Amino acid sequence: MVLIGTAASLQAVREVRYPPPPVTAESLYLTSGKTARRLALGYTALAADLYWIRAIQYFGGRRMLFEQATGSQPPAAETDFELLYPLLDVTTSLDARFNIAYRFGSIFLAEAPPGGAGRPDLAIALLEKGLRERPDKWEYMQDIGFVHYWWRHDYQAAATWFDKASRVPGAPWFLRSLSAVTLAEGGDRQASRTMWLAIRQSAEIDWLKEDADRRLEQLDVLDLIDGVQRAVDIARPRTGKLTTWPELIRAGVLRGVPLDPAGVPLDIDNDGHVHLSVKSRLYPLPSQLQDTDRSRQP
Amino acid sequence: MRPLALIAVNVFRESVRDKVLYNLVAFALLLIGASYLIGQLTAGQDVKIIKDLGLAATSIFGLFIAIFIGIGLVSKEVEKRSIYSLLSKPITRPQLLLGKYAGLLLTLAVNLAVMAIALYAVLAYMSWGASAGLVASWERPATDPLLLRAFFLTFVELAFVTAIALFFSTFSTPLLSAALTFGFFIAGRFSADLRNFDQAVSSRVAASIARVLYWVLPNLTSFDVRSQVVHGQPVTAGYITLTTAYGAIYIAALLMAATVIFSRRDFK
Repeated sequence: MVLIGTAASLQAVREVRYPPPPVTAESLYLTSGKTARRLALGYTALAADLYWIRAIQYFGGRRMLFEQATGSQPPAAETDFELLYPLLDVTTSLDARFNIAYRFGSIFLAEAPPGGAGRPDLAIALLEKGLRERPDKWEYMQDIGFVHYWWRHDYQAAATWFDKASRVPGAPWFLRSLSAVTLAEGGDRQASRTMWLAIRQSAEIDWLKEDADRRLEQLDVLDLIDGVQRAVDIARPRTGKLTTWPELIRAGVLRGVPLDPAGVPLDIDNDGHVHLSVKSRLYPLPSQLQDTDRSRQP
Repeated sequence: MRPLALIAVNVFRESVRDKVLYNLVAFALLLIGASYLIGQLTAGQDVKIIKDLGLAATSIFGLFIAIFIGIGLVSKEVEKRSIYSLLSKPITRPQLLLGKYAGLLLTLAVNLAVMAIALYAVLAYMSWGASAGLVASWERPATDPLLLRAFFLTFVELAFVTAIALFFSTFSTPLLSAALTFGFFIAGRFSADLRNFDQAVSSRVAASIARVLYWVLPNLTSFDVRSQVVHGQPVTAGYITLTTAYGAIYIAALLMAATVIFSRRDFK
C-alpha cells in the first residue's frame, strides 16, 4: 500500500512538473458499425452502451466548452460536433433497437449551433434508420415531424410526418390535430406552443419533458423580447437615443432590467435592438419564429 | 452413477478451494459500481445498461471459468500424476471424464445462479427509487423474469464451451487446448459470416467449404438472446427448446469423442 501510494505521489509530482498534453483530438476508434459488430464478439448490446456513453460525453463536453466560453461566441472549432453522428450511427448499428439513441441523438444533432450540431438532415437520417428497424415506432415519425417543423421550417413535411405517425396503431390522439394545425398555421408562435405542450404531455422520459419545457421557455422569451422591444421603440422618438437598461429605467420606460426565464438579463445593442444574452441557457432562440413575429409587429 | 456424482462434487469442492467463486465478488462490485457511475452518464438508460452489463459479464466470467478450468480438468491430474491413483480405484475412464464435466457444470450453475440473484437485486434497488415517469419509459420492467431465459441459454452455451475445452484437453497441452477452445468460441460467434460467405466471394468452392464449416462448427450465436430479452422481444419456449436440444446433441458428440480418446490414451 505504501509503495502504491508512493508511486501515485510520484505520478502527481511528475504531472505537475511535466503536465500531460490536453486531450484535444477526439477519435472514433471504429467508424463502421459492421466492423464494430464483428469485433464485439456477440456482446453488441454492451458495445452499443459504451458508444452511447461516449456520444453523451462527447456532446456534453462540447457543450460545456461553449458554456465556459462566456461573453462571446466561442471559436467554431470548439463547437464542432463532427463525431456526433458517426458515434450515434455506430451505437445504433450495434444495437438497432436502442430507442433513446435515436430520440436523444436526433435532438443533439438537430439543435442549432453552438448548443448542437445544427444538422437536421442527419437527425432525420438517424430517425429514418430507426424506422427501418421498427416501422411501427410512431415516436420516430413524430420526431421527424418536429425536426422539419422546428429546425427546417418545412411545415408541409412536418404535417405529413405527424399525419403518418397518427395513423400508427397506439399513437396519441393529439398527432392528428397537430398535423392539421401545422398545415394551417405552421411557423406561428401559438402553433409552436401547442406543439411543445403536446410533446411535454406525451414525453415518456424526463429529459424529453425538460427539453419541451426549455422550448416553451424560449417561446416565452420571444414574447418577452417583443414586449420590451415595443416599449423601447415607442419610447425612443419621445426620449431620444436610449441604449442601456439604466437609461431606460431612469426614463421610466421600464421598471427594472428585463430578465429571461433563466434569470439572465436581456441584451440591448446600440441600435436599440433587444436580444437574448448568449450567456443564457436558452440561447440560441429559434430564429424563424423570432423573425416571423417581428415581421408582424406594427 | 455414484462414482460420477462423487467426482462431480469433488470438482466443485476443488473449484471452491481454488477460490474460483471469488469472481462473484468481482461481479457484484462491478454491478454496484457500474449502477452508480452509469446513472451519472447515460441519460436515463441505467436499467438497460445494467441489464446489458450484467448479462454480458455473466457470459464473459463464465467463459473464462469454462475455458481455464475446463482445460485443466484432465491435464492437472496427469501433471500431478494423481491420474494413476484415480484410475486404480473402481472408476472407469468415461466416469472420470463425465464426472469432471458434471462437476464443472455444477460450478458454473452455482456461479450463474448467484450472478442472476445479484443482478436482480441491483435492478430491484434501481427500480425502487425510480420515478413513475421513468419506470413508464422502460421497455420492460427492471426485474423482468424474461432475463432468466438469457441466463439459461448462457448456461447451455457455457456447457458447450466446457465440452469443447474438455475434448481438447484429452489429447493436447493446456495452452494449446485453451487456444483451440477460444478459437472455436470465436468461430462459433462468427458463424453467420460463414453462412453468408457466398455473398462475399465469387468462388463456388470456397463458398461450399464455408457452408460445410457453418454446419459443422458450433453455432454459438443462437445462444445469445441477451439483446432480445433486454428489449422485450419474444424468445419463445420453442426456440429455447430447439437451441438447447442442438447444444445437448453437440455436447454429447464432443463428450463421446473425448471419452473415446481418453479411454485409449496411454499414461505411461
